[in-house]
Order: sequence, then structure tokens, then C-alpha cells
Amino acid sequence: MFVINCPFCGERDQSEFSSGGEAHIIRPKQPTELSDDQWAEYLFMRKNIKGVQFERWNHAHGCRKWFNMIRDTSNDKIHAIYKMGEKPPIV
Amino acid sequence: MSKELRVNSKYIDQTTRIPFKFNGKTFYGFKGDTLASALLSNNVHLVGRSFKYHRPRGIMTCGSEEPNAIVQVSNDPSLTEPNVRATEIELYEGLEANSQNCWPSVNFDIGGINNFLSPFLPAGFYYKTFMWPASFWEKYEFFIRHSAGLGKAPTKPDPNIYDHQYAHCDVLVIGGGISGVIAAKLSAEKKLNTILLDDKKDLGGVSIYNNDDNFKINDQNVSKWLSNEIENLKKYPNLSIKTRTSLAAFHGYNYLLARENLTDHLNVNDRKDKIRQRLWKIRAKKVVIATGAIERPLIFNNNDRPGILLSSSIKKYIDYYGVKCGTKISIFTSNDSAYETVLSLYKNGVKINSIIDIRDKSESLIVKKVQDIGIKIYWKHTVVNTKGYKRINSVELMKLNEKGTGVIGDKINESCDCLGISGGWTPMVHLFTQSGGKLEFNRIDNMFIPDENKSPSEQISVGSCNGDLELDDIIKKTNLKTKEFLDINTSIFDSLKIQNSKEKNKKNIWLLPSDKALGKTKPFLDFQNDSTAKDVKLALREGFKSIEHVKRYTTTGMGTDQGKLSNMHALGIIADTTGTNMGELGTTTFRPPFTPLTFGAIVGRNVGQFFDHTRYSAMHNWHETNGAKFENVGQWKRPWYYPKNKESMHEAVQRESKAARDSAGILDASTLGKIDIQGTDASEFLNRVYTNAWSKLQIGKCRYGLMLNEDGMVYDDGVTTRLGENHYIMTTTTGGAANVLNKLEDYLQTEWPELDVYLTTVTDHFSTISICGPNSKKIVNKMIPDLDLSDQNFPHMSFKNSSINGVRCRVMRISFTGEHSYEINIQSNYAKNVWEMSMEAGKEYNITPYGTETMHLLRAEKGFIITGQDTDGTLTPVDLQMDWIVSKKKYDFIGKRSLYRSDTIREDRKQLVGLITEDPNEVLEEGAQIVEDLNKKPIEMLGHVTSSYFSPNLNKSIALAVVVSGKNLRGKKLFVPMENKNINVTITDTVFYDKENKRLNA
Repeated sequence: MFVINCPFCGERDQSEFSSGGEAHIIRPKQPTELSDDQWAEYLFMRKNIKGVQFERWNHAHGCRKWFNMIRDTSNDKIHAIYKMGEKPPIV
Repeated sequence: MSKELRVNSKYIDQTTRIPFKFNGKTFYGFKGDTLASALLSNNVHLVGRSFKYHRPRGIMTCGSEEPNAIVQVSNDPSLTEPNVRATEIELYEGLEANSQNCWPSVNFDIGGINNFLSPFLPAGFYYKTFMWPASFWEKYEFFIRHSAGLGKAPTKPDPNIYDHQYAHCDVLVIGGGISGVIAAKLSAEKKLNTILLDDKKDLGGVSIYNNDDNFKINDQNVSKWLSNEIENLKKYPNLSIKTRTSLAAFHGYNYLLARENLTDHLNVNDRKDKIRQRLWKIRAKKVVIATGAIERPLIFNNNDRPGILLSSSIKKYIDYYGVKCGTKISIFTSNDSAYETVLSLYKNGVKINSIIDIRDKSESLIVKKVQDIGIKIYWKHTVVNTKGYKRINSVELMKLNEKGTGVIGDKINESCDCLGISGGWTPMVHLFTQSGGKLEFNRIDNMFIPDENKSPSEQISVGSCNGDLELDDIIKKTNLKTKEFLDINTSIFDSLKIQNSKEKNKKNIWLLPSDKALGKTKPFLDFQNDSTAKDVKLALREGFKSIEHVKRYTTTGMGTDQGKLSNMHALGIIADTTGTNMGELGTTTFRPPFTPLTFGAIVGRNVGQFFDHTRYSAMHNWHETNGAKFENVGQWKRPWYYPKNKESMHEAVQRESKAARDSAGILDASTLGKIDIQGTDASEFLNRVYTNAWSKLQIGKCRYGLMLNEDGMVYDDGVTTRLGENHYIMTTTTGGAANVLNKLEDYLQTEWPELDVYLTTVTDHFSTISICGPNSKKIVNKMIPDLDLSDQNFPHMSFKNSSINGVRCRVMRISFTGEHSYEINIQSNYAKNVWEMSMEAGKEYNITPYGTETMHLLRAEKGFIITGQDTDGTLTPVDLQMDWIVSKKKYDFIGKRSLYRSDTIREDRKQLVGLITEDPNEVLEEGAQIVEDLNKKPIEMLGHVTSSYFSPNLNKSIALAVVVSGKNLRGKKLFVPMENKNINVTITDTVFYDKENKRLNA
């Protein structure tokens, strides 16, 4: 169980958080203009990387804020945590 | 207790005799004994039968690695516990223990016949034998299930109290042996907040009973030096010592679980109302693992007889417990450490028959001392067989050939009643690997040790778990490593004078040769699961290459002991046979828990009513007092129906449903989720999350909304009311409330942060009383006379602020039953009063409280869906025939694009329809399948029934269902096949009652 440094609350146990999957998938501004394939790409396709991955996390049992995390899925090392809308730091 | 088998010991209380029962017979031991040491002192070696061959087995070790001496503790059906290691049970008054896996008794076990059948029961026997004919499996399974498993599970709930507790510390030291004590002292000295754990009742490990003059620290016996150090530890307020606490799991980020035993050592009568076990959840900044090493057995023919023990265990039994494991002992070894046992036994007057050593010689001081005493040592010999069915009575030995691959010369017979075996040591690297660490193979000592460069977190391993087996190495390296790890500058342990009399010289042969062919011998590897070296070799011959596959095929290392003793030998034999290097071969995965955990410790206090939260509405007491039966909806307890005069559920629901349509019904709707939505972009937000349009909804009006997932499937529904220009209140389904709020927050925070919208859950703040039926208007009028209830002022789908006895409330005119109806939302602390007022006001109209079942029936009559019952996450609004609620004009909303994906526009999707049975009294089963052609095999399933009731208002059975292309099948006759009959049904419209919605304004 990791310790996650919530950008709003500080360090908390992982049990307070829920994972929201891959980060930086932006909802298309004009979905109606997309082909089925393009929409499916947004809707269904997710990477599942063994290694460094960009993820969304939510402090579900805390401040309920969403934020982003860069995590290595092979060893659970958290490289960076940054707020929604911020550019991912280079790690 | 046999006096001949007891010697003096200062480590246990030999003045307090404790009676206990083993297999129904009363024995005595001393306070401080384990069940194992007490049994040995009574000359009881045979304690159990092995799993597969039912061979007699005895106590083999003195710790958590014990494979054989696992017993069933307690005869009480709620307290009985299987598979407990006799070596870890501290003796207490009232202890009842029994042997497992034997019938009728451990002395005469019918299953022992398996031992004679063993040539026919090789590895993979079950896989090979019970595969055919396939149809026989059910018969095979019956017998296999009967022979599977060791102990018996309790049959009644566990009355004990278990606890969980969190702990945070700078340094956690695991293991209170000599290296753990040194590390803990260094850490405590540095003023670090430190926790020291040990699974035994006292600190000190094996060194605490090392009184041998061959080993000294600063000219003191190791035991004396260490007990002084332990005494000194007590002065540190920043050091917390927990004994009887076993580390169970080491997870990432230095998160560890440890189980503390609080009452298992107490007399049964002293345990009342005390917490039995506490599971510690520890978050440590740094971890020092000092878990020691386990002595290895040697693998030779018939190495499993009762009376064969690890040599180091024989030493602990004599030195610590004051128990002789035999009166004529032989020792079989590959290294010097067994000679310590010999000296301890000799000092206590035990006759040592002979020592069989596979090495050519040893020049160490300690061996010289043994030679000086005059004990016969057979150098370069090996045991080729042992004899004695229920207790060893002799060993047969032969000389090893030059390479150690075979035996030569004549067979020598040595009689003995106990054989100590020592095959070197296996560092306990389990915790290191659990935490994600990688091991390296030390070829000189033939052991896996932690690879320091591949440590996954802030941790070190010190002492013999790091592969340092000699006293001087252990102390010096522990001191240096800990100081560096904790960044400490102290010299307290720097200049200790250490005397060690052993040599590192050892010889390693994983599988010792015999004069017989391997196939004719039984060299056991896994003592609990009865897998032998023969089985491992068979697996290799049959093509299993990966050690994980060999493990599963032969079940080596899969017992409750997880192969702590001899997994290494299995690996060694695989490596030798295949010509692989052990380092490349690697180990099987060590998974938590290190020793079995009780379910009680895992669940802690989260049992019974604390298993999950239970939510009650503000009117719950009223419902209870008035005889409601309750239904679980999510965490809520909702009134299901209110039986009167011993009514059945069916009768109550029929009465309630009729009353609601004939006069007036009242429902507690408080559990529906309520989300307060405010902000200048609130209308825009609703436009984006619901399928229909919201911008034009006037203040004071309500609208039903349908919410989709981005994949176009219906997710939730409910009525949302516009309270002000920038203020709405949304209702959600009871079960979906939390998820809907999370989803909306997700979109607000991550996709549309530019929107000025704030969401607040107010589910618990307001309670909702729904009054419906043709007389509802009169009742509400009696309660709130000031409120103009005329259709002009207060039409269907509108809302008014009002007050009852000065308490503000929101009244909505909305309906889930199709009747004229009102919902009164009031602050929850007044809700019960208002409910009672409603009952009083409605008395003259026979106002009838109804529960969820009637609510479901009434809405089904109207064809209203319940998300989660009629929908299952695979239905679009079009599938539900609810196209009318999907805005064609809106540019976008969640899920819109998915509504015209190639899959969602298919005509042959399952669609919601109504079903009428040919026999109006036949009520369909929810979930029943619907088919068209009963003769075509396999029968094609067209859909299933989602809701089904007997409608008292229509006097016939009605149902909702999803059916392939159902929309175009109105009037079609289909079948619902049941176990004993086929029910004829006809597809209809989904609205069964009041199709013109006249009753809303009645």
C-alpha cells in the first residue's frame, strides 16, 4: 500500500484514494465530428504500461479532489504528483 | 512428565506444573513449555500423520517452520483451530489438542495403507488418474474431497475479540535475536522512534540460551552478555518492544502487517473479555530485517520418522526447555553447528551414540572438543536408511565415495532413539522478497541472500537472514550496516571481543546417495505434503521445467508451512538434475503471510453490525414500530412492506398497492440521493450530464432526467428541480447516489474546470415523504392549509417552498406511481414528526404506508424503469424506448456520440418491452429467459424478464423484459421455459395502466 502525497492534504495512505486510470486523455470538444474509430479510440483504448505511467487519482475518502500521478507500475514508485490542468513535470 | 527426560532450565518456570490434554489423554508440562516441548518431555514423538501417505510423523523443529507437528486446538465448535504448530503453542491450563489427518487415531490410522500403496501414488497421481472418463468426475470428487484437507474448520462463530491498530515509526526492527537487539539499541540510542518485534515470548533468539564456553563476547557467555543488553533496552522510552508478535507481510512503501498474540498463552479462564489478537498495521520510515535463519534438514532415505529432529531444535529443547529429545541420540551433519548440540547434550548427561558427518574432516576447536570427549565420529559417511515405524530405533550408514555421489563399503547399523540432522542454514529472506527485493545466490554457502543493490525500499537485512551465520560476522556486520543505514556515529558495539570456535567448512549434498535406487527409497523433501526427491525428478522427466510448475505438480512447498524447511533442497535437486546454476533457476515466490493468519485477525472488529455501515432514515423507528419488513438497498435499510395481521408478503403488497391507487399511500423516499447544485453554470452543467435540455426549465419546475455513461448506456435517473436561477436539487437512485456524485465531480474537476458549479451531497440532510393517490391533495391540504394546491398554482412537475408548523420545507408535485402525488422534503430532524402528522391527517382516507415492493409494483404498472433492475449497463435510452428524452438539438452531452456508434444503432439489440402471460394468474420469475422456438437446439435465448408482479389494480400478471428487437415484436407470442413447464407470453407496450396519464391530475 503506497503513501500518496495529495497536493491538497499531504501524505495519506493509499486506502483513502481511488485510481481513475490513464491520465491526459482529453474528452474531444466536438464528439459529433469524430468517426466511430476516433470516438472508440477516446472511449475504449487505454495503455497498460509496465513501467512509468501517467495516472489519474482521486482523494475519494478525503478532499475528493482529482490529481495526476506519474507512477512506475513495475515497482509502484511514485515519480511525481501534480494538479489537474498542470503540465506533467519531466521525470 | 518423565523425570528422566527433564533437566534444569532457567528459561521456563519449572515450579509450575500445567496439565493439558493431547488426544484425550492428560499430560503435564511446565509453565513456559510449548506443546511440543511438553510432549517431548512426556516421550511423545508421534503427533500426526502425513497428508498423502499417512506416515507417522513427529515433532521436527522448535519454531514456525514446523511441517509435521500441526494440531487441532480446542474441542469447542466455535474456538477450535486447525493446523496450529505445536512448536508455537505456549502451554496453558485447559489446552486440548488433537492430532490431525488420522482415523481412528494417530497410533492406528486406516489411511496408513496409502504408505503401502505409495508406489502407485506418484506426483500428479490425481491429475493422471481422475481425468477419464470425464463423466465420472462427480463421483471422484466426492472421495477426493473427503481425503483433502488437514484439520477441521470451526462450525460456530468465533466469540473472540480481534483488534486492528496502526503504528508509525522511524525504525522497525523485525526479530529480537542478537542482531535485532543490536540494531534496536543503535536506533534507540539515536533517539529514533523504534519498534522491535519478535514472535517468541522473550527476546534473544537462539543466542539467549547459548551458554557454551566456546563462544564469548567480552569474555562473557553469549547468553549473559545478551540478557544484559536486553535488560538495558527497557530504559529507552522511544523503543517499543512487542513480543509474541509475528510479522505477517511486508508490502511496498514499508507498510507491514504484524499479528500480536495477546491471550493464547493465558489459562483459558483468564481470557474472558480480553482481545485475543491484534493486527498491527505498521508504516515504518526504515526497516531492519533480523529474522535469522532456519536449519536445513538432510535429504536421505526415510528421513521423516518420529524422533528425527533438526539438530538445532534438539539443542533448544535441552538448553532452553530442559527437555531431552531422546536418551540415545545420533547426530547426522554436514557442518560444525551440530557439534554445539552435541556439547549441550553431553553437558546435560545425554548419551550421544555417534556422529555421522558427510565431510572429510573439520579442524575447528569445537569439533576437537567433541573428539576429546571420545564421541565416535563417522567422517565422510552418510545415513542410507532409518528404521522404526512410529519412532526411529536405528540408522544404517555407509561411506561416501570420493565425489559424494554414491556409497561404498559395508553397511553399519547404529541404534538410537533420536536422530539430529543438520544440513546447514537457510536465511529467512521471505520478508525481503515479499517487499519486492531480489535475491542473489551465494555459491560458497549454497544459499539465497538479499541482493543489497536491489532493495526496493528503505530497509536492510542483518544477521543470519543476510547470510552471516557466525557470531563474529553477525555482530560486526550488524553493527556496521545499521550505523550506516541509520546514519549513526557511535562506537558502543565497535570494540567487542568475540570468540567463535566454529569453522565455516561445510559440505553440501542436496540429495544424499543411498545403496538403493532412488525409486526404492523415500527421501522426503516436503514433509507435510509427502513429496520426495523422486517426485521432483519425475516431474522433470515429464517435462516440467519451471520451478513454479514443478512446485505445483509435486505440491512441494505448498503445505501450511509453505516449504520453509526444504524448498531449497528441491531447488538444489532440480539444479543438479538439469545442470542449471541455482542462481539462474531462482526461487519460487514467497507470498504473505509468513505464517498462517487467523481470519479473526484479518477482519478485526469489522464483523457483525460493524461489517459495513448501515444507514437508517429519520423515520426508521416508526417503520419498525409499525411492523415493517426491511430490505437492504445499498447500505440503507428501507421498509419493504408492512404486513398486517400475519399477512404474507404477497397479501401485504396487494393491499398496499390497491390502497395507494384507491385512496392514499405514503412512502419513505428519504434514501434517494440528493445533490445540491449551485453556480452560474449550473444549467449548462445539467445540459451536459443529462440527455435532455435544461436551459429552459423555469424556476420552480421539476424535470425527469436520464444520465448516460460516455459509452451511451443508461447510468442513473431521477427528478431535478430548479430552485433558483443558479440553484438546482438533483435526485438520484438510492444505490447510485455516491457514484453519481463522484462521476459529476470527476467531469467538473477534470473536463470542465471552467464551469462555475458546486456540488454538495444533501441526502442525509433532507428526508422525503411521498404521499400519493386520489386523496393525497386533501391530506397535504390538511397539513399545509396555506399552500394553494390548485392545478393552476401547483401543477404536476412543479415545486413550492412552504412550511409546516414553522419549519421550512420543499414540496414537489412529482409522481413515481402515476398517481396525483406530493413529495415533502424537510430537514431530517423534523421528518418523523411530519410523517406522523401525515398519518394523522390521512387517517380518514385510510392512508396506507407502503414499502419498496409496492413502489416497484406501482411503477411497473406505469412502465417506469428502475435503473439497475430493468437496466444492467448494456441498454441505451433507445433500447429502453425512451427516445423522447434524448435531445436531438443539444450539441453534446455525456454519451451522446456513443448513441450512433455502429453497435448502438443495431436494430437487433435487446429492447425493453412489456410482457403479458396467457394465464393472468401466472407470475413470471424475474431473470427467466425468453425464447421463441422451443424445438431448435440449442434453444436461442432472446432476452429475459427484468420486473414481474401480480397487479391488483389490473387483476393480472404483468412484466417488463428485454428482448432482441423487442420494439418491433408487439403482439408476438413467445415462451418462458421453466423447470416443469413452458409459459406462454405475449409482447406488449411497457405501460399497462392509465396510458393517458389521467390520474396525475385526478
